[in-house]
Amino acid sequence: MDLKLDHHSEDNLTIVDVEGEIDVYTAPRLRELLIDLVNKGNFHLLVNMEKVDFLDSTGLGVLVGGLKRVRAHDGSLELVCTQERILKIFRITGLTKVFGIYASVDEAKEAHGRDK
Amino acid sequence: MATVELTFSALPAHVRTARLVATAIARRTGVSEALLDEVRLAVGEACSRAVEAHRVHCPGEPIVIELRDDSGRFEVTVTDVAPSDDLQQPVIPTDGTLVPEMPGLGIAVIAGLADDVEVSSGAKGMRIRMSWPASPNGVAAV
Repeated sequence: MDLKLDHHSEDNLTIVDVEGEIDVYTAPRLRELLIDLVNKGNFHLLVNMEKVDFLDSTGLGVLVGGLKRVRAHDGSLELVCTQERILKIFRITGLTKVFGIYASVDEAKEAHGRDK
Repeated sequence: MATVELTFSALPAHVRTARLVATAIARRTGVSEALLDEVRLAVGEACSRAVEAHRVHCPGEPIVIELRDDSGRFEVTVTDVAPSDDLQQPVIPTDGTLVPEMPGLGIAVIAGLADDVEVSSGAKGMRIRMSWPASPNGVAAV
């Protein structure tokens, strides 16, 4: 499956919906979207990965790059992910300590609201 | 020992094909369903690393992946002929190739996934061999 990307804003939070496979072929599209969102002033990003079938280290690198960019503007990049196969790669690389990872968009929005 | 060898050009789109082939043969070889995701990810990581290295150093050269059913193990070897980026300063490509935000992360992921990994690298390229347990007769139970 290819990669489908969509995004919308709710209050001060931009939710990026990702569906499909994030790998060396498709990751540049996600990177371009994240860069574009940051360039347009969206500094609080929530990447919903519930429909992601596959994620490799190229995709992780893109997410880390996005995090670095939003943090340069005192922003945030957090994730929604409950799939064990995806969470495993975050655990292997130690990135569970770097990203806020939530079980649902609502849970993330609630936490984001508390932090504002 | 049965061997399947796949040779592909250093294009990111082919990495998915390599993943699919490796997963299909792993299943056929008798690797348990619980490990197939690990095989798919580890093979993808090894091929992605090779593709990125070739696109920087030798885009015309192919990458070789060998898949073996070897005495109850499913063994995958990914071989490239690009000088290892892990051993030298990175070269920034000018053709739009994705520059890894965290170089070397792929090898770390492979090491975390396969219970048997051997990485040998040098000026003439890198060879990543990894294996997983499979059924002794080489064919998955149906």
